[in-house]
Amino acid sequence: MSIFIDKKTTLIVQGITGRDGSFHAEQMKKYGTNVVGGVTPGKGGSKIAGIPVFNTMQEAVAATKANTSVIYVPPAFAGDAIYEAVAAGIKLVVCVTEGVPANDMMKAVPYVKQHGARLIGPNCPGLISPGQSKVGILPGNIVQPGSIGVVSRSGTLTYEAIWALTLAGLGQSTCVGIGGDQVIGTNFIDCLAAFQADPATKGIVMIGEIGGSDEEEAAAFIKKHVTKPVVSFIAGQTAPPGKRMGHAGAIVSGGSGTAEGKIKALNAAGIPVAGSPTELPDLMKEAFKKAKGGRSAKTSAKTGAAAKIKKAATKTAAKTTVKPVVKKTGKKK
Amino acid sequence: MKVHEYQARQMFADRGVPVPPGAIATTNVEAHDIAARYNKPVMVKAQVLVGGRGKAGGVKYAENPEAARVLAMKILGMDIKGETVRKVLVTEAVEILSESYVGIVLDRAAQKPVIMVSSAGGVDIEEVATKTPEKIHKMHVDPVVGLRPYQARDLAYCLFKDIGQVRKAADILMKLYQTFWEVDASLVEINPLVTVTGGDVQAIDAKVNIDDNGLFRHPEIAAMRDLDAENPVEVKAREADLSFVKLDGSVGCIVNGAGLAMATMDLVKRYGGEPANFLDIGGSSNPQKVVTAIQIILEDPNVRSILINIFGGITRCDDVATGIVEAFKQFRPAVPIVVRLTGTNEKEAKKILSSIKLPSADTLDNVVKMAISLAGQTA
Repeated sequence: MSIFIDKKTTLIVQGITGRDGSFHAEQMKKYGTNVVGGVTPGKGGSKIAGIPVFNTMQEAVAATKANTSVIYVPPAFAGDAIYEAVAAGIKLVVCVTEGVPANDMMKAVPYVKQHGARLIGPNCPGLISPGQSKVGILPGNIVQPGSIGVVSRSGTLTYEAIWALTLAGLGQSTCVGIGGDQVIGTNFIDCLAAFQADPATKGIVMIGEIGGSDEEEAAAFIKKHVTKPVVSFIAGQTAPPGKRMGHAGAIVSGGSGTAEGKIKALNAAGIPVAGSPTELPDLMKEAFKKAKGGRSAKTSAKTGAAAKIKKAATKTAAKTTVKPVVKKTGKKK
Repeated sequence: MKVHEYQARQMFADRGVPVPPGAIATTNVEAHDIAARYNKPVMVKAQVLVGGRGKAGGVKYAENPEAARVLAMKILGMDIKGETVRKVLVTEAVEILSESYVGIVLDRAAQKPVIMVSSAGGVDIEEVATKTPEKIHKMHVDPVVGLRPYQARDLAYCLFKDIGQVRKAADILMKLYQTFWEVDASLVEINPLVTVTGGDVQAIDAKVNIDDNGLFRHPEIAAMRDLDAENPVEVKAREADLSFVKLDGSVGCIVNGAGLAMATMDLVKRYGGEPANFLDIGGSSNPQKVVTAIQIILEDPNVRSILINIFGGITRCDDVATGIVEAFKQFRPAVPIVVRLTGTNEKEAKKILSSIKLPSADTLDNVVKMAISLAGQTA
C-alpha cells in the first residue's frame, strides 16, 4: 500500500511532446507507471515512447479513463492545465512546473478542492510509491519498497534523504514532494494524515525549509493526530533574512519562517530534528525503538483522534489495539 | 522584485489612487525646477529600495525651490544602508491631518490576499504589529470573488467615521486591490494614507513588491528592475539563470537544487566553516552553467575553496564533470575545488574528471568537511 498513487494509477502526461514531458513520460513508463496517454494541443494522433497523444484532456480522459495527470508545461500555461485536468475528471493532478505566478495558484487551488480533486505542487518533483508507480521526476533507482513515508518541500534534498534511507535498509512506502512555492495544493498535514491512515507506513520523514508556517502547523498536528514516529530535517538555518533562496516559498519575511522557529516547534512537539539529512536513518531507527518501548502510553493518549483517521484503513496497524477513549489515561508527551 | 516609490506611485495613480503631484529629479537643478513649477513647498524623497530612508535623512521638507535644490544636492549620492541615491522624488507637500496604514499581502497559510488597515499610520507597521496588534484590522479576500465594495467599506470604517472619508478610503482600497492583482504583486502598501485640509484622502507614500514568478507577463515592470541597487554578481547570476545569494564566508558552494543548496550551506556552518554563497545550478545539465557558476564564485575575494555537490537525478553528473573540466581549461581556478557527484552517470563523470585530478568525496558530509579544511589551508 501507499498514499495517493499505487498500481491502480493511470496517468496522462500534460505537455508530453515537450523536452521535459517526453523525457519523463518515458522514464515513468520504464519505471512501471501505467502511462496511458499524453496531451499536447495539435499533436493528437501521434505517439511518444509508444504512448498515444491527444489534443485535449477531455479526449484523453474519454479514451483512457485516466485518474491522474502530471503537468510539464511552461509557467504561463500551467494554471490552465490544472483547470483542464480537473474539469476532465482527473482526481490527482501533479504539477512539476516551477515559476507559476502565486495569483494563478490562489485561484486554481480552491477550484481543485471544490471539484473533489487533489493537486500536488506546483514546483515539485512529484511522488513515487516504490515498486508501484512514479508520477514526476523522482529517480527510480534511489528508492526501495518499504515502510517509511517521506514528505518534503524540496527536490534533490529529498533524493539525498531517500538515498540515505535506502542505504540504511529503510525502504519507503511513498515519497511525496509537495513543492517549494508559497501557494501549493497539498501541504505537510495532508500528507501526514494520509501516512497515518496508510497501513503500510510505519514511520515518517518530514523535510522542511525556511518560509511560511507549514512545519509549525504540522508539528501541532503530529502532536494531536499522528501516532507513528516522525523525524525531520529543516534546511536554511544559514539563510539571510529577506532573501528568496531559490524556491519562491523559501524566504524569511519580517522575522517569521525561520529554520530556528521551525526546529523549536518540532522539538516542542517531541519530533527529533536531524543535523544533516544523512542522519535521518539513525534518527528514524531510534524513534522506532523509543516508540516500541513507550507504545501503550502513546497509543492511549492519542487513540481518540487517531481512531478517526484510521477509520479509512482496511487493516488496523499490526501492533496496536484501538480503544474507545474518553479520557487520556496514558503519559502525555 | 522591488520597485521604487515613484514607480509604485505610478501604478497606484494609473488606477486612480489620489497622489500629490510629483516628478523625478536626478540633479539638484532639476529638483529646483520641479519645485518652482509647483510653486509650493515640496518633499524631497530619496528613491532607494531599502527601508529607513527617513531616519537616514533621505526624506526632507523644502519650503521653496532653493531649499529643494540644496536638499537634493545633499540627498543625491547619499549612501543609505549600502544603496546610493541616484534619484529623488519631488512632490507637493501636503498638510497632514491624520495618518493611516493600508496594505495588501499574500497570506500563505490562508492561501488568500489579506488586507490590513491601521490608524497607526506613518510608523513602522511591524512595530505596531508587535506592540499594539489590536490597532491592525485584517480581512481576507476570496481570490476568486475579489474584493467586494462592502468589505472595503467595513475596513474604511476602521479608519474613519465621516462617511465622505469612508467612501474615499474604500475607493482607494478597491483600487489598491486592483493594483495588487493586475501587477502580480506580493505586497502593496500605502504608509501613510493621509487626510488633508479640505477632506481629501491621499497616498503620500507607495510600496509595491512584485512576485518574481509574475514578471514574465509584465515585461514593462521587469524593465523597471534597478540593477544599480543589486549586487552585480547576483545580476550576472540571474542572467545566467543561476539562483545565487552572496554571503560572507570563505567556502564557495555549487549545488543542484535549492533545498540541497541550503542544506549544504547549513552543513558548512555546522562543521565549523562559513559559506560564501548560496548557488543553485538548477535541474539542467548544461556544462556552460557550471563554467559560469565557477566564474561567479571566483570573483569573490573571500573564497578560499569551492565545493561542488551534485545529486544527479535529472541532472547528469557527466555533464557537470564536462563543465568543470571546461572551466579548468578556460581559466585556472586559484582556489582548490572539491567535488561530490552522486547519481546519474557518476561513473562516466569520474572518468572525465580524472584528467584534472580534483579532490573528490563520496558523501555530502565529506565534501563539506574537505572543502572547509581546504579553505583553512589556503587562508
